[in-house]
Amino acid sequence: MNKVKSFFSKSYVWLIMLFFYLPIFYVMLFSFNESKSLTRFTGFSLQWYKKMFETRTIREAIYYTIIIAVLATIISTIIGTLTAIGLSKSKKVLREVVLQVNDLPMMNPDIVTAIGFMLLFTSLSIEKGFGTILLAHIVFCIPYVILTVMPRLRQLDDNLAEAALDLGATPFQALTKVIIPQLKSSIVAGALIAFTMSFDDFVISFFTSGPAVNTVAIYVYSSIKRINPTINALSTIIVLIVTIVLVLMNVVPMIKNRKKEEGFEK
Amino acid sequence: MCWPYIGWLLAFVVAPMILILLYAFTKQGNSVLMLNFTLENFAKFFSDSIFPAVLWRSLKIAFMTTVVCLLLGYPAAYFIAKMDEKKQAFFILLITLPMWINMLIRTYAWKGILSFTDMSSQIKVMIGMVYNFLPFMILQIHASLSKLDKNLIVAANDLGANNVQTFLRVVLPLSIPGIISGITLVFLPAVSSFFIPKLLGGGEYVLIGNLIENYFISVGDWNYGSAISLIMAMVIIISMYFTKKADKKVGGEE
Repeated sequence: MNKVKSFFSKSYVWLIMLFFYLPIFYVMLFSFNESKSLTRFTGFSLQWYKKMFETRTIREAIYYTIIIAVLATIISTIIGTLTAIGLSKSKKVLREVVLQVNDLPMMNPDIVTAIGFMLLFTSLSIEKGFGTILLAHIVFCIPYVILTVMPRLRQLDDNLAEAALDLGATPFQALTKVIIPQLKSSIVAGALIAFTMSFDDFVISFFTSGPAVNTVAIYVYSSIKRINPTINALSTIIVLIVTIVLVLMNVVPMIKNRKKEEGFEK
Repeated sequence: MCWPYIGWLLAFVVAPMILILLYAFTKQGNSVLMLNFTLENFAKFFSDSIFPAVLWRSLKIAFMTTVVCLLLGYPAAYFIAKMDEKKQAFFILLITLPMWINMLIRTYAWKGILSFTDMSSQIKVMIGMVYNFLPFMILQIHASLSKLDKNLIVAANDLGANNVQTFLRVVLPLSIPGIISGITLVFLPAVSSFFIPKLLGGGEYVLIGNLIENYFISVGDWNYGSAISLIMAMVIIISMYFTKKADKKVGGEE
């Protein structure tokens, strides 16, 4: 009876996984298709990859997507962490109000946040392009960093920073040598969420970009009207990059842990 | 140290929201200095023959998507939470991995597969939505189930509850916070989605998000577009209020 049950539950979970991965494998398969068709596989070819690397717009789109995600992550992590530390030291009423407003970009549907930015940039007559996308990404990434760092800050022992100051550390030294090292894991977690949000974004980039700057998502959206198998090749490359990064992130700590354990046993 | 961020919030979070309000309640072609407040945009929306129907359709498809995600996602989260730790981590990684690939690309991926079938645009769009948002539901429910104290289940069994009773009276009520946040994370993006219907609905299936996109990008009537997004935001806030109220009601019965 138990075996039947466990077989059923395992099959169900695998079926859901199949649902998640089927379209991804489908796109990968058809990226090697010889013809333009998305339904009939006529033969193996690498022409869509060749075409992809030859298209300047695609190369630029990949570049912009990565550079925006990296810059938005670094800047939002720094601002978010410092703000969280500042908030933890400020009055409760002020903190609550700021955190409420801070929640807005996370609670609002993407499209509302996006048109808000569009209206803002236009009323200030700022020309839309790389700078506006980056700024918008920083704005919607910071709340996630604050929300991840805040809980860890509450657990910190205030006496440690006080002790550092008593022992002659400057406030800056107390910040960089005492407070931030204790927050390290939550800062990394916040940065990771920020990177994912930025890298994954389409809606906000779409409404804040100008004609000169494309991200991968904007490129895909603007070229789906025609059948365009280079998108299959582009998707496959992105899937590969993401898989390699995620596997490394999960496997490397595991190996490190195992080495540590082995070290202890010796 | 948080004052600069307050300024930042005012400039980049509060100001855009005020601008949407301002645009929604004024007429096109006004200069910023001479504002003529009007309710015309809202009157236009509700007296239109199509737009209220589009809003209703968006709510309906978002609701159905949420129900399907809950029905498919709960068992998956439950079965995963019952596995040993290593397998749990493995499946959670498998679920999170596709989420890193851009939503637009994942939706595009369905285009080829769905072109084999003869389904209606509505079903195609719903498959795209369930595909995109189901991971949120599973992860939220799994998070609340894996926090559950196993001793509670043992205690329920010791006290004579059978498996069904244990599930209905112990496991399910304790996983409600996960269900509520799952519902929020599915319903919210589903109502406002505009690229899923555009990619999979073949242009004929229009949701409220498509209207907003049209008025901002193609038509260029930002006042009317702002009014539509304000109406959508209001509807979302009201539905969230009722979801939270339902949560408190269930929580209060414990």
